[in-house]
Amino acid sequence: MPNNQLRLRALRLYKDLLYLSKDYPDPAYDYSGRIRKMFENNRNLTDAAEVERALKMGEYIKNETLALYSLRKYRHLKRTYYPPDN
Amino acid sequence: MRPSPISQLRLLVPIKRCIDYAVKIRVNGSQTGVDTNVKHSMNPFDEIAVEEAIRLRERLKDQVKSIKVVTIGPAKAVETLRTALAMGADSAIHVEVPETLVPEPIGVAKTLRAIIEQEGGVDMVIMGKQAIDDDAGQTGQMLAGLLSWPQATFASKIDVQADLKSIEVTREIDGGLENMKCRLPAIITTDLRLNEPRYASLPNIMKAKKKPIQKLTPADLKIDLAPRLETLKVTEPPKRQGGGRVDNVVELIEKLRVAGIVAS
Repeated sequence: MPNNQLRLRALRLYKDLLYLSKDYPDPAYDYSGRIRKMFENNRNLTDAAEVERALKMGEYIKNETLALYSLRKYRHLKRTYYPPDN
Repeated sequence: MRPSPISQLRLLVPIKRCIDYAVKIRVNGSQTGVDTNVKHSMNPFDEIAVEEAIRLRERLKDQVKSIKVVTIGPAKAVETLRTALAMGADSAIHVEVPETLVPEPIGVAKTLRAIIEQEGGVDMVIMGKQAIDDDAGQTGQMLAGLLSWPQATFASKIDVQADLKSIEVTREIDGGLENMKCRLPAIITTDLRLNEPRYASLPNIMKAKKKPIQKLTPADLKIDLAPRLETLKVTEPPKRQGGGRVDNVVELIEKLRVAGIVAS
């Protein structure tokens, strides 16, 4: 079992990702299911470096999702309120 | 001896609970308004305002004394306040109105004036330039008029001067940008390009549940929010007419000629 710090980080990351999944725009895309699968695939990792790599990947996905949400909102507002420059 | 700060800024950020930007708006059956039984969230322009208040604090540190958010809305508007608190505001005021009452900009501006007078010492009011539901874009200007405060509308950049007495604001105007300087206290309304709002994370939402929310009613503030305008009817825009198929070029040109696009 890797050290407790990594375990807590993984739990927090999983919670964060599940929370983000509620806002995912495409209902046909099983965001939370995919996240769960990815965590399940890595459940037997014991090497601290490997766990670290998997956590980095998860954090990357989290940041990309956040970027997706904010861009989506920005584009919606820009399209709605700002006529295109000619 | 370390000099104590001469003054500290107190920020007030009015926010509105709107139908979520991603929801398709539908007119209700009786044509009196839109279907409100859908997902709601904070007005995106107000999110930008909250974010700017938090960024001002990150820049000026202790010189920003407090960030207070205020909303006027039904009981569910508390969720919107929680989101703002989770983003980083300190405390909140909720002026509760019944679900059926939709306040108009003048009513909102008068309520905000009453709150500012009650609070005392508000240095800056940062608010969204408009709400995405009624798109009125009037509240900030009306509030500035009622208080006789300077206003910097459609701000895309805000710089607070070192003495905390004035601000320099870059405004988005037709065909360019305008730089202006105004005294504090002032009203600022935010434009889209001011910043990119952060996402209220789960732990922060949990922490926000401990932050104080003060409940008020319009009667406490001696404000009458009854609408002055009467909505006669709300209808959907006309449906788009579908296109047709043409078999050959001759037919196409004929159609274009009928439409007046090509000369005959």
